[in-house]
Amino acid sequence: MSEVLIRSDDLSVYYPIGGGFLKPKSYVHAVDGINVSIEKGSFFGLVGESGSGKTTLGRALLKAAPISRGEVSYQDGEVSYDLGSLNGQDLKEYRKRAQLIFQDPYAALSPRMTVRDIIAEPLEVMRLTSSRDETDEKVRQIAAKCRLNLEHLRRFPHAFSGGQRQRISIARALVSDPKFIVADESVAALDVSIQADVLNLLKSIQKESGITFMFISHDLSVVAHVCDHVAVMYLGRLIETAPSRQLFSMPKHPYTKALLSAIPSLDPDERGKAEKLEGEIPSPTNPPPGCKFQTRCRFAVDKCRREEPRLEDSGGGHNVACHRWQELLA
Amino acid sequence: MIETLISVKDLTVRFKTDEGLITAVDGVTFDVKPGEILGLVGESGSGKSVTAKSLMLLNADNTVYDPKSSMKLNLHDQSIDILSLKKPQDQMIIRGGAISMIFQEPMASFAPAITIGDQMVEQLKLHSNMPDEKAKEISIEMLERVGIPEAGKRFNQYAFEFSGGMRQRAMIAMALSTKPKLLIADEPTTALDVTIQAQVIELMKELVDEFHMAIIFITHDLGVIAQTADRVAVMYLGNLVETGTVHQVIQQPAHPYTQGLINALPNLEDLDSPLTPVPGDIPSPLERPTGCVFNTRCSLSLGERCEAEVPHNFNVAPGHNVSCHLMEQRMAANE
Repeated sequence: MSEVLIRSDDLSVYYPIGGGFLKPKSYVHAVDGINVSIEKGSFFGLVGESGSGKTTLGRALLKAAPISRGEVSYQDGEVSYDLGSLNGQDLKEYRKRAQLIFQDPYAALSPRMTVRDIIAEPLEVMRLTSSRDETDEKVRQIAAKCRLNLEHLRRFPHAFSGGQRQRISIARALVSDPKFIVADESVAALDVSIQADVLNLLKSIQKESGITFMFISHDLSVVAHVCDHVAVMYLGRLIETAPSRQLFSMPKHPYTKALLSAIPSLDPDERGKAEKLEGEIPSPTNPPPGCKFQTRCRFAVDKCRREEPRLEDSGGGHNVACHRWQELLA
Repeated sequence: MIETLISVKDLTVRFKTDEGLITAVDGVTFDVKPGEILGLVGESGSGKSVTAKSLMLLNADNTVYDPKSSMKLNLHDQSIDILSLKKPQDQMIIRGGAISMIFQEPMASFAPAITIGDQMVEQLKLHSNMPDEKAKEISIEMLERVGIPEAGKRFNQYAFEFSGGMRQRAMIAMALSTKPKLLIADEPTTALDVTIQAQVIELMKELVDEFHMAIIFITHDLGVIAQTADRVAVMYLGNLVETGTVHQVIQQPAHPYTQGLINALPNLEDLDSPLTPVPGDIPSPLERPTGCVFNTRCSLSLGERCEAEVPHNFNVAPGHNVSCHLMEQRMAANE
């Protein structure tokens, strides 16, 4: 068993909605009671439909979303942080270690800065280098790693294609030597021919630098290819987590099965064979009682409508939150 | 029975910009038969949306159609030359009449301050002289048909009150209420989650049968194409590089670009092989390569020949056409 870098215990993020003069505030439970541990050096995938809370969870692990309940701890050798109470100098230190790569490389890069300045900015803001020469050297190193050449550094982002821009975003995230990177839908905006290129780059960075990645995506086939471990979210809850191979070869939660089945197959002869999932993800402001998935689950029984299933170990590090997973295996 | 509904020949579209004329679509030729789903695949910047919008003359004012281009819409009683339609009244037939379009982002396509129902009634009344009540009745019927529960109540709601999947259904209902012969669907499922995407695809296939209309389905997702299209056209940098039946193009792709696209897709059945990207980036439309437009990224390039000479369109099998110099040898070997 290798070391755990980030661990969350009963992590919840609530956002207030509505409320006002004499009106009580209510809360959206964007992320609710999540226990997750991410091993050092792993590529951890987080999947779910829009509204499932995957982005909020990723941000909470970076302390970029408020932690309403529960704990998140970061442990790397001698260095450890409790994210709930992190502030001041410690928070600044944590920011160097934990970085974020965004989805849209068109929105994430300032159009008024050269690529060199974009990549150098974290170094300057965090005062990681002491001279301009040192900064330039560091920028060149990182740029080379992300396959950007020296001439690129003088240009502005508008001169680049989507794939190149995403490589610039990755270079910026890497420049502070982080140990943990959250990549939030980082290939979703890219064309397939380029997507593979960026994924390969992220994988090689993970292998060479031992950086731990949390890879957030709605695309299961991409996740299956790059991640070692996968967690599936639905309406703010984790409903299944497992080593990647195991999850894709033998999914146990009905939702995971439906998600996998809904991926359009490349085989034109397999039309209409997908298992259809009725309805849509309910609004998180008004979640159903019991199991969150019961409104769309064709296996739901009375118990599912009353009682929420807990995430339990089904063997081999494969956890599933479903009352009926054992019956459904048969 | 008409044989081809849409017949596009040598469509070349250029845009006037400050940097000069940009070629967005270059000599594209294809047909659409009634009741057929044609998948138009390509990466961003390949010209697939411009091609589709040309059919409704929806491209911006700086558009220049090359005089050689021709686009015909064949209806039972008449054949319409789309490029000759100059007056807005004449264009009604290709804008919501015989041709309708649905878009990727339904939130951006509905007016936010007008109810869904009023927007549906408005377009029905534009295309026929029916009274309000009749238009409302048809609209509600269509909303029901696309699977929107409580259609009567939904009719009076605004776009923001609909979820993403429901909005896309409402858009389909609106596009189909005039009973078009051709529906252009521009990335209709790209913004949707996979489970909702599966529902919308299923719905569109049902409607093709029911209304006997044709669809031009534009997408970058080959999986979606494999699940919907009868025939596929692959575009790259404004050129049509390969066309064929869905089996031909997906299972026996002949153009190096199509092969590259399929290899770049993550395959759930085979998790061990590494992902192979198509090398390089799509060139800027301002710097269109000479010769074959794909030569800068092609791993099978023959060198000088591909850089200098525009490849012919080879018919490699019945209904399967490929624009690539490599086909010349292949054809010769087969003879």
